[in-house]
Amino acid sequence: MSILIDRNTRVMTQGITGKTGAFHTRLCRDYANGKACFVAGVNPNKAGENFEGIPIYGSVKEAKAQTGATVSVIYVPPPFAAAAIDEAVDAGLDLVICITEGVPVRDMIATRHRMRGKKTLLVGPNCPGVITPDEIKIGIMPGHIHKKGRIGVVSRSGTLTYEAVGQLMDLGLGQSTCVGIGGDPVNGLKHIDVMKLFNDDPDTDAVIMVGEIGGEDEETCARWIKGNMKKPVIGFIAGVTAPPGKRMGHAGAIISGGKGTAQEKLAVMEESGIKVTRNPSEMGKLLKSVL
Amino acid sequence: MNVHEYQGKEILRRYGVATPRGIPCFTVAEADAAARELGGKVWVVKAQIHAGGRGKGGGVKVAKSLDEVHRHAEAILGMTLVTHQTGPEGRLVKRLLVEEGADIRKELYVGMVVDRVSQRVTLIASSEGGMEIEEVAAHTPEKIHKVAIDPVAGLTDAEADAVARKIGVPEPSVAEARRFMQGLYRAFVECDASLAEINPLILTGDGRILALDAKLNFDSNALFRHPDIVAMRDLDEEDPAEVEASKYDLSYISLNGNIGCLVNGAGLAMATMDVIKLFGAEPANFLDVGGGATTEKVTEAFKLMLKNPAVKGILVNIFGGIMRCDTIAEGVIAAAKEVKLSVPLVVRMKGTNEDQGKKMLRESGLPIISADNMADAAQKIVAAVAGK
Repeated sequence: MSILIDRNTRVMTQGITGKTGAFHTRLCRDYANGKACFVAGVNPNKAGENFEGIPIYGSVKEAKAQTGATVSVIYVPPPFAAAAIDEAVDAGLDLVICITEGVPVRDMIATRHRMRGKKTLLVGPNCPGVITPDEIKIGIMPGHIHKKGRIGVVSRSGTLTYEAVGQLMDLGLGQSTCVGIGGDPVNGLKHIDVMKLFNDDPDTDAVIMVGEIGGEDEETCARWIKGNMKKPVIGFIAGVTAPPGKRMGHAGAIISGGKGTAQEKLAVMEESGIKVTRNPSEMGKLLKSVL
Repeated sequence: MNVHEYQGKEILRRYGVATPRGIPCFTVAEADAAARELGGKVWVVKAQIHAGGRGKGGGVKVAKSLDEVHRHAEAILGMTLVTHQTGPEGRLVKRLLVEEGADIRKELYVGMVVDRVSQRVTLIASSEGGMEIEEVAAHTPEKIHKVAIDPVAGLTDAEADAVARKIGVPEPSVAEARRFMQGLYRAFVECDASLAEINPLILTGDGRILALDAKLNFDSNALFRHPDIVAMRDLDEEDPAEVEASKYDLSYISLNGNIGCLVNGAGLAMATMDVIKLFGAEPANFLDVGGGATTEKVTEAFKLMLKNPAVKGILVNIFGGIMRCDTIAEGVIAAAKEVKLSVPLVVRMKGTNEDQGKKMLRESGLPIISADNMADAAQKIVAAVAGK
């Protein structure tokens, strides 16, 4: 098993014909079981055409009806990304993974409000996506650096996730699923949501939780772990040196009003029984030590 | 993106948020004319810079005659204003706002932010105007009132009235306070603000509610919808290095250390800064070259870092995923040659085509120090800069 996605997941791509969408759809299709998994594209202007053999439909609803896809990945440009999420939610998909970077926060507030009470889960926006190694990858992460195994990874940042995976691989540790939840302030799944899934997954033995400055998602997750998590968790928080009031690349990575500092997050995580490291080179080693 | 106080007030007035009458000025003569035009007996001359704490720094002065307006304008225009937000180097004042004086009965606080937990715009209000709201929250949290605003319903009359009463707006002025807060919310949403702070909001002697100050920040991802707000951008208020970086789609922030770092990805860039600090040195910048790190982008990034005279060494940390390490190596070599690099350079590459990339660096003939992991890289650059 794994969380969120596996070899049997059927995926449609919203924005399959754009430059980014086309490039990454190819890489995802060529990864592991991708050929069977990536079954549809959506573009209202190109319905009836196909993308290198993948049929394109005019709407998410139609793509779902025709192919049985229950998951969507979104690459559409920022001004239209929230509307693309809305469409997937309205069509009743199980999971939407929004890769698009730069979605206005106002749009995401409206979209998240519309999603209340709906069954659809959202990962992102502004995230690398989700991968269950050797089965399926949905997103922009490099597939070949991963290997199937029993470690879960959840992170707000892309390359820092790859860094954690690289360290695990150097120690011969594969991953059950890696989830990049993204660096935006208003988004879908948080650390805590992914952690709960890993807790319930019989094929995950331990979890690496990578966070960064801004917000209080890591603290919320850590407090939940303290009373509920049955598996070891290790953590790293990026941004100990980040000055307050400066947006460190990600829209969500900003210390405001003295809140959201790395020190504060690390302190709450330690209090909650999570082994943390302040050295980003040590994430893999630390994880191995708790197995 | 930030705007000046006078620009923020201009935006707010479009949404029915009341402010004192005022005129922006770029010269002392304009300030004289503005005061005459506004009339009255009391004026306030306010330095316009993108930083808080202007009053304490001597950038806000009350004038009781036209002569005083003239003297204050002369003193403030061209001064280097130092506040707790400008850093010790301060900020040169190039613009003024001359406003009519207000009869202040009470100073209050109203702000709005996007709350990540409720995923809504949240109104924050307090009876303690004129103070740092973080201080109020820390010492007297009972004096902070919050409303997470439903994005469909907006700020309701009942919610706004309740908040107005809680922060001590007297009954006859509650309706005006409600209109003020609802206007502020409309402005916040329609202009894609990320932060709005009215501190202080004042109750005047005759019961009016006015924004005495206004601080607005905007969501940079939504500026494509607001060309009028983009036109308000004042490049003089921004770090020239950060402005230059944005031209090349590089995410750059100046810091105070002496080790430049060039990294792909925001999280990894922060982690690289942290590991430099962990081994006893300080990063000179945050720099995320993003996913498509071409030779041109890497070269511009090197130039940018080296413009900072404090930089005594550079650490490049790349995780090659889709972007291959040999491509990055090519970019680093070309950049190092083009800028005639004279400070130590440590490169750590990991991921796709790592061995090929390392080989290219080794065979380049450049004095590039190669590192195996982030900690190794940080230790090597810290040692090289220390001359060990």
